[in-house]
Amino acid sequence: MKRPERIAAAAFSVAIAAALALFVAYVQGSGPQAEGVLLALALGGVGVGLLVWATRLMPHIRDETQPRKKTTPATEADRESAVETVEAGVDEIKRRRFLSRLLVGAAGALGLAALIPIRSLGRSPGDSLFRTKWTSGARLVTSDGTPVTSSTLEIGSFITVFPEGHEGSSDSQAVLIRVAPDQLQLPPERGAGAPDGLVAYSKICTHAGCPLGLYLAATHELRCPCHQSTFDVLDSARPVYGPAPRPLPQLPIEIDGAGGLRATGDFTDPVGPSFWEEA
Amino acid sequence: MIVRRLVDGVDERLDGTSFIKRNLRKVFPDHWSFMLGELALYSFALLLLTGTFLSLFFVASPAETVYRGPYAPLQGREVSLAYDSVLRISFEVRAGLVMRQTHHWSALVFVAAMTAHLVRVFFTGAFRKPRELSWIIGVTLLVLGIGAGFTGYSLPDDLLSGTGLRIIYSAVLSIPVIGTWLAYLFFGGEFPSAELIPRLFVMHILLIPALIVGALSAHLALVWHQTHTQFRPQGTPEESVTGTPVWPKFALKSVGLAFMTFAVLTGLGGLVQINPIWLYGPFLPYSAPSPAQPDFYAGWLEGLLRLWPNWEFHAFGHTIGELFLPAVVVPGIIFTALALWPFIEARVTRDTAMHHDAQRPREVPVRAGVGAAGIAFFVLLMLAGSNDVLAKYLQVEVDTLNGVLKVLLFVVPVLVFAITWWICRDLRARDAAPIARPARVEFRRNAAGGFDESHDGAGPGAGPGEPVAARPADREDP
Repeated sequence: MKRPERIAAAAFSVAIAAALALFVAYVQGSGPQAEGVLLALALGGVGVGLLVWATRLMPHIRDETQPRKKTTPATEADRESAVETVEAGVDEIKRRRFLSRLLVGAAGALGLAALIPIRSLGRSPGDSLFRTKWTSGARLVTSDGTPVTSSTLEIGSFITVFPEGHEGSSDSQAVLIRVAPDQLQLPPERGAGAPDGLVAYSKICTHAGCPLGLYLAATHELRCPCHQSTFDVLDSARPVYGPAPRPLPQLPIEIDGAGGLRATGDFTDPVGPSFWEEA
Repeated sequence: MIVRRLVDGVDERLDGTSFIKRNLRKVFPDHWSFMLGELALYSFALLLLTGTFLSLFFVASPAETVYRGPYAPLQGREVSLAYDSVLRISFEVRAGLVMRQTHHWSALVFVAAMTAHLVRVFFTGAFRKPRELSWIIGVTLLVLGIGAGFTGYSLPDDLLSGTGLRIIYSAVLSIPVIGTWLAYLFFGGEFPSAELIPRLFVMHILLIPALIVGALSAHLALVWHQTHTQFRPQGTPEESVTGTPVWPKFALKSVGLAFMTFAVLTGLGGLVQINPIWLYGPFLPYSAPSPAQPDFYAGWLEGLLRLWPNWEFHAFGHTIGELFLPAVVVPGIIFTALALWPFIEARVTRDTAMHHDAQRPREVPVRAGVGAAGIAFFVLLMLAGSNDVLAKYLQVEVDTLNGVLKVLLFVVPVLVFAITWWICRDLRARDAAPIARPARVEFRRNAAGGFDESHDGAGPGAGPGEPVAARPADREDP
């Protein structure tokens, strides 16, 4: 046997052995590593065998040269006649002007009718992007439903809060942060919604909607893990770095008689990334 | 005997003997770079095979369940049926994990091979008339491939994929006038909606693969009909193709390559872990992983989002969101320009002729420069797409790195263009005026016992001023 033939034979033999071994591995549940390697050997054996066979054993006839098929075989007359055929048909249709116009109308109407199933795909946005599940009096709870009180947080810490009954809600998620009360620089009309240095903002980044996961207590900044937008917690969550264009909406809160925290209304602005209907 | 009857049968019914004969003897030019398209084709074939297997176990539902499978760290956790079924495929279905990982690796290789193929076709000018349509279909296939990949890795409903979906939702939302409606119709309502996973599933296993199969068939039919461009060997006529006949040598080689592709991909699927969703955890709307990187082909898009300035436009009570430019307009322009490149180039160079010869990159320095600059641009954006990881490795602040990358994004492509253009022009000039071979001097002993000296220009390739190497000869098989 010639050397390439021996190589190809060995490769095919490896393929046979590996494929058979695959049965054993499968029955014994040997896991993805064994399965992957045996599959690779079985397939690769066939591949190597074929490649060696084709490149080393098939007689090397000098590469064949063939004339390239002309891509423009038609004569000028042929082309002319094709154009005429098409145009004659169009003329024939156009001759019945009334009918052909009605046909265009029918096609257009059908096109409009085709929008019906598309409309079924989702409900109208309405004002749903302008409001969340927060209402005046809604109690702040954690993701497992535990109510949050004014003593839950120490200065410099933060938690994720939801309106009671809507734990895990995507658009209502908010971060509650406690800072030293005299450090907050909120405009006067917003100050009342942040009692005792407890301030709550929407947790959804105004850039691409990722949840803000990082609170840098030293600089009082909230940072988005996706695109690094950074918001200044002390200054109404104004964006100070990164691609986010708008501040985080604030959730106005109050401390009720029992020391629990409640919202006094919905967020100050629509939450999340900007959209057309927004002012 | 069977072949005989088959050929007879086909001929009687379809008048096909000449067709069979012609196509079996059709020659394919051979060059290593022509393999890249085949690589994409065969990884797609494996995607269909492994994907069919996976679709039999995947449950496209966001409904909640409690995980009770063998993976201890997640036992008792509330997860979606989709996430649960992917865990089942990974840990309980026999050979499920090897199939899943092979599927994911095949997707990466599919897009990577298409990209490499596109780069090859670009630099060799193989897109020129009459092959513009092949090029446009090719760019379409690349977009479809990215779409297939994205809808695919969004299906398991894990934390990482949920983040990617949310970004896409936000991008759609940013489109002027129709954005909110479009997002609500496409995603079935405000993110995250219950309709989402079933819809992604239909797109991933039906709509996009059907479009890919259609476009791929057209792409291959065009190559078959119009024939390959090639580096034409010296001495063959202009209107000719030189290469290996399909049957049997080329066919065997190509099938061999298919098996090698499958072997590498199944090997990767068995040995190299990819997308371990059990480590990311199930999707939670109020949690995002950090650091988070998408699959490589979305990296440049992610980089655009990270570097783009926070411009937003407000007028007449309406808003054009920040994402609209980097996530919709810029990628749209890039892909449109890419698809129309053959026409752009033809218009600039006023070239309306037919071209069947592949060019070496140096033959068109401006094109080579544009291509190299484009590659540099995408690589920088990909780096920007993982700026948090990069910053950690380089031990610099992300903000500093972003600043540097923003400057490099403008400077490097210009430099790369200039350098490439200059090198290509120099190489081309050398081809045109190559170093002359020394003239051959022949000494001949004469009858008188002395030597005659003759400066002989005859003999192959011996003349002064003759090119040393003008064109690469077609690859020689041993």
